[in-house]
Amino acid sequence: MNFIVISLIKIVIVFAVFMTTLAYLQWVERKVLAHIQSRTGPLRVGPHGLLQPMADVVKLLTKEDLLPPYVNRFFYVLAPFLAVSLALISIAIIPFGPEVEVHGIRTNMQISDLNVGILLVLAISAVSVYGNALAGWSSNNKYSLMGGLRSSAQMISYELPLTLAIVSPLLLANHLSFRAIGDSQAGYYLGFIPRWNIFQMPFPQIFGFILFMIAAFAETNRVPFDLPEAENELVAGFHTEYSSMKFASFFMSEYANMITITSVASVLFLGAWHPLFPAPYSNWVPTIVFLFAAIVCFFQAAQPRRRRDNITFPIFGIVFLVLAAIWAVPFLQTFLVPAWWFASKVGFLLFTYIWVRGTLPRFRYDQLMKFAWTFLFPCTLLNLLITALLVAVF
Amino acid sequence: MVDTVLFIICAIVAIVCGFNVVLQRHPISSALSLIGVMSSLAVLYLLLGAEFIAMAQMIVYGGAVMVLFTFVIMLLNAGTEKASSKSWFAQIAGLPLLLAFVGVLAFLIRAVLPPLAAVAFGSWVGGTAEHIGQLLFTTYLLPFEVISVLILIAILGAVALAQKEID
Repeated sequence: MNFIVISLIKIVIVFAVFMTTLAYLQWVERKVLAHIQSRTGPLRVGPHGLLQPMADVVKLLTKEDLLPPYVNRFFYVLAPFLAVSLALISIAIIPFGPEVEVHGIRTNMQISDLNVGILLVLAISAVSVYGNALAGWSSNNKYSLMGGLRSSAQMISYELPLTLAIVSPLLLANHLSFRAIGDSQAGYYLGFIPRWNIFQMPFPQIFGFILFMIAAFAETNRVPFDLPEAENELVAGFHTEYSSMKFASFFMSEYANMITITSVASVLFLGAWHPLFPAPYSNWVPTIVFLFAAIVCFFQAAQPRRRRDNITFPIFGIVFLVLAAIWAVPFLQTFLVPAWWFASKVGFLLFTYIWVRGTLPRFRYDQLMKFAWTFLFPCTLLNLLITALLVAVF
Repeated sequence: MVDTVLFIICAIVAIVCGFNVVLQRHPISSALSLIGVMSSLAVLYLLLGAEFIAMAQMIVYGGAVMVLFTFVIMLLNAGTEKASSKSWFAQIAGLPLLLAFVGVLAFLIRAVLPPLAAVAFGSWVGGTAEHIGQLLFTTYLLPFEVISVLILIAILGAVALAQKEID
């Protein structure tokens, strides 16, 4: 009974945070892209466009749900459902922190710890091709079909380097469960270099990490590998014919996949919830960061550049001060600080995703395939070979 | 309790999907039903404690193999099959012969295989990745290596055939 109650609480928390991140990731993306391109981005709905995600949700929910007469009904409806449900599964096995104790109840900061955790992520990503492929095929539209076919071909090709890049950190951790992989990266060399897998002896996985991220970009169909929805060639690719909630499902699944794959990357390579430097100091990093943010807000409020900046910025400043205070409470620190470090790693990787989208052009299709098979695949194989040899020797 | 309920659900899904593979007219529907069979089999493996096999089932069969199937079907854009006019022999003797075949199969399985003990869900612990890895690299090392060579030959064959096409 206890187990069920705790699991339910954990599921509710993870789901709420996941969904909020999902909605606001899109706001962050639009803001960051806008600033890269010297624009301001969403600004009208709420202060600095902060209510834009809500407005988008209302818009998508209330739009007419078109069912074109020429589609294959069953698969047309099944595809977005499949895409979004598969995209939401993998977060269940991501660890956000160590084992914590609250009122004598010990529990992992993770919904469920599987013995074969990493294999489940691979299995889900192998099956999630069907959402895109079916959407493209059932729409009965040649642009959609091209998009669906490109998407499945791309995902099959890039799954190979992705899997091979994952194997090297597994060799270092000697386990398949995410919790064990996270635990194996605790501690520091010489007291200050973290034992994250990108610094882990005998062979630092920095190349493996870069190769993994490249393959992950392709696996989630993002720029520069967003061939399946290249709008100047394929209208909108596999989701051209979709509207309303069905379109929103594809949208959600794309962002959910991004969050999942960056979480996997931070567990496998960036030391999961372990901070960048040893414990007594690193516990105060969140507080300092939030305090700094609050100071910036108050400074901005003192010299307002837009109308109402003198009202909104102090409010943000107070929010940041409260956050700083929460992260300074010793009891809350035991589980909030690891979660903060985990979130900051995932946030950094997600920012990289948006950054790359703002700066790189799209690949051509033949370049994409050639890159996967003639460059990425041999590189990951070489990385795996060297890691295996060094792990065997030392 | 939960095990039994899950077993019944997944067994029913597997059987229904299995029939669906044969009954559906459209190749895509058949392929997707086959994916349903694979996935529910993976859950059944998981219930028996074979975690690694279950995941391998999903990755290799549910993922790689079936994606290739659906990909080829979509690429060729195969349409709905037309029902061929059945011969008089198939119409008359089809069902009895099928039943006879199933009967013989059931009899053979009962006669040849040793009687099995009742299955207890979750009692078997030999299905982890560690156990399987250990077995693969000790007891079954030779078959494992031979299979890898076999797969290498298949890959080389595919490359050679593709090369001929390009030239």
